[in-house]
Amino acid sequence: MTEKELKKIANIIREDIIEMLVEAGSGHSAGPLGMADVFTALFFGDVLNYNSKNPEWPERDRVVLSNGHICPVFYATLALAGYFPKEELKTLRKIGTRLQGHPHRGSLPGIENASGPLGQGLSQAIGMALAAKMDKKKSQIYCLTSDGEHDEGQTWEAIMFAGKNKLDNLTEIMDRNNIQIDGFTEDVMPLEPLREKYEAFNWHVLEIDGNNIEAVIAGVNEAKAIFEKPVLIIAHTIPGKGVDFMEFDPAWHGVPPNKEQAKEALHQLRTLGGKITGEHE
Amino acid sequence: MEKIIKNMLNHKIKLAENLFEKPEMKATRDGYGEGLVLAGKENKDVVVLCADLTDSTRSIVFQKEFPERFIEIGIAEQNMAGIAAGLAVSGKIPFISTYAVFCPGRNWDQIRVNVCYNNANVKLTGAHSGVSVGPDGATHQALEDIAITRCLPNVVVLAPCDAIETRKATLAASKIQGPVYLRFAREKTAVITTDRTPFEIGKAEIFYEPENPQALIIACGPLVYKSLIAAKELEKDGIKVMVVNSHTIKPIDEKTIIEAAKICGVVVSVEDHQIMGGMGSAVAEVLAKNYPVPQEFIGMRNSFGESGQPEELLEKYGMGVKDIKEAVKKALKRKK
Repeated sequence: MTEKELKKIANIIREDIIEMLVEAGSGHSAGPLGMADVFTALFFGDVLNYNSKNPEWPERDRVVLSNGHICPVFYATLALAGYFPKEELKTLRKIGTRLQGHPHRGSLPGIENASGPLGQGLSQAIGMALAAKMDKKKSQIYCLTSDGEHDEGQTWEAIMFAGKNKLDNLTEIMDRNNIQIDGFTEDVMPLEPLREKYEAFNWHVLEIDGNNIEAVIAGVNEAKAIFEKPVLIIAHTIPGKGVDFMEFDPAWHGVPPNKEQAKEALHQLRTLGGKITGEHE
Repeated sequence: MEKIIKNMLNHKIKLAENLFEKPEMKATRDGYGEGLVLAGKENKDVVVLCADLTDSTRSIVFQKEFPERFIEIGIAEQNMAGIAAGLAVSGKIPFISTYAVFCPGRNWDQIRVNVCYNNANVKLTGAHSGVSVGPDGATHQALEDIAITRCLPNVVVLAPCDAIETRKATLAASKIQGPVYLRFAREKTAVITTDRTPFEIGKAEIFYEPENPQALIIACGPLVYKSLIAAKELEKDGIKVMVVNSHTIKPIDEKTIIEAAKICGVVVSVEDHQIMGGMGSAVAEVLAKNYPVPQEFIGMRNSFGESGQPEELLEKYGMGVKDIKEAVKKALKRKK
């Protein structure tokens, strides 16, 4: 897929996120928009081994979402990748839905783990990486984490364990968007220096622009080439990316747009911030 | 006289013959180690995780036999539960081993979300449960673990009565799909059952069965033995008591409990655990709905334990043979 095509996919995912959130009336806006490029790279950039028609394929790579609250971007991506019908996106957070407010394993194809309570995904990804090593399977395990959830002690238990056990089939992609519910991460509970902390725990660390799809693809491919160490990719992203009034604003961490705001957001996305005339308008 | 009393034991289930004279003493956690090795031999997917307590949880026995399937986690019980969930959804059958105050105590949220909500095939084990842990004191005496596991969907909760039953429970847990919590004790306790005693998850067994029993004791864990002694001693006072071993607390054997309550008319539940939310509560939930009878509760009465010898502690906190006998008498006074 060309860079242009990938950007188009990321934009469709962002539009889907806005439409899902306004329909649901609750949910998180900033994180999902910021991570649309990473998800596009993983699922459409020829990075992941997956089969959306056979989601339980044993040889598949695993995508473990640790910060479950950004699931709208995961759901929109899975629908676009053919795991389930796109119409189902509108059922997000509604009674009887497979698209739970935070992901539930077993409900929706493509979801590998329940998540929501923060700091728990990396441990589960480690379990999957250990099992793949025991069974000599080539599956690569990708764990998507947030920066904020590094406040949780369990995250560091997991980081220590993965370093000790040289889990080179494990790649963590951290959404470094600098915000959490109560404000900026460095005000709430400073995390820096993140690179040095992970390196001290015997991880290999890469830093990329998480809103540059080509950079994400290159970073993940580089991670595949690292042996004897787990890899952390610090993906610097802009929270709320693509909607100017949401970008960089912690206030948009945990709330959805209202109808007027959604209209403006969709306008911006469909016109690429006013650069083109929207096709759907 | 002794011979007649012995006959009150349910002989169909082949309990230890020397039960009341000189029982073999063995810790339930030893049965766990043996059960792990059996499970590991039967199924190559069985793996064991431990949080820096390899010897005292007896997971060391499995480690020696299958070092490539043993994973040392360090003192990180939350990470251990999460890693186990990841292993389980990848086809492994992980047993996680530490003290009950740490699992399910320390890592309850991870058990709730990663294990139970994922319905992951993880076997949680809690060693050193109950006040009978002894000198380590209140911090290490898990008295809440049954309550906080049995309220979670998808999980089976087991509290075997002796080392042999623990061995069987461990093996049985490895063969069923889904989360299981197994509860063990630290101290050597009487071996009540034999290799030939039936064990089935979800099936309570009548251990002591006098003719025309007037009261029912439902017990779990090593206090089943104290209950048997109480029943035997009450016989001398002319009180005939049926004793049921309810090793499975969830799903509890409603059928056996209701039938026994109908025969006996009053119930005493016995457990080394807080009364609130424990096995006795599970029994009360069944009976209140199906066949209400007076019930007395033997267990910890809303307090923490302390250091001391196991026997001293059981007596001080109202879980000794004397207390069980008094509870039976009290329940009988409430009989209509």
